[in-house]
Amino acid sequence: MVVKSRTENLSDVREFINSLVRKIGISPEVSEDIILAVDEACTNIIKHSYKFFPDGEIIVKVKYFDNKIIITIIDYGENFQPHKIHKPDLQEYYKHKKVGGLGMYLMKTLMDEVKYSSVPGKYNQVLLTKYINSTS
Amino acid sequence: MAEFNASVKDQGDISIVYLKGFLDAHTAPVLENTISELIDKGKYRIVANFKELSYISSAGLGVFMAFIEKIRENNGDIKLSSMNDKVYNIFDLLGFPLLYEIFKTEDEAVKKF
Repeated sequence: MVVKSRTENLSDVREFINSLVRKIGISPEVSEDIILAVDEACTNIIKHSYKFFPDGEIIVKVKYFDNKIIITIIDYGENFQPHKIHKPDLQEYYKHKKVGGLGMYLMKTLMDEVKYSSVPGKYNQVLLTKYINSTS
Repeated sequence: MAEFNASVKDQGDISIVYLKGFLDAHTAPVLENTISELIDKGKYRIVANFKELSYISSAGLGVFMAFIEKIRENNGDIKLSSMNDKVYNIFDLLGFPLLYEIFKTEDEAVKKF
């Protein structure tokens, strides 16, 4: 799936993932985790890679094999390096009026693996992996 | 497109905000505007009722974080109620129960003011 870098397209991306995970037969609980993680990744791309430029491209690819689902999300915006992802201390957030950063933590918590890579000046890529057990 | 709306009902000096639909980075400004308007009117006692909210991402949680300090500085609060398990799980993952009171029902939240 290819969408433009607009938040109005987030629901289409969620629906795309939803339809695929249903076809695979992944459980609703795990499906919800995957959908949210993809939403968070795409939101970060819109905000940080494209800085709300509305005509960037976001490419979402899904592979399912060996009981794992790998979602690859590619963009051509600016590279941003994720900081060390740790559970946000909400008290600190509250004190320092921080609002962002929750999305990356959710991605890391909801998925089994999150891998970022990029070719500077060319593209950025994030791979989200979830292991699907046989009872899902 | 997944829709979201936030409606407000006054109950004495408490404002009940009913969230409905899908709260993500695209629809979060709707909630921001709703809460911002309440603050502009000096309404700092807010209950957010999640009963009809189907989906929330971190953008939605961020809206609460953005306003809570000002609300509490004015001796108010945002209490959260009526979440389904899916929505509550996201709040719980991010540690929100440590900072916000979350209730099963709207009535419980209102009584806490």
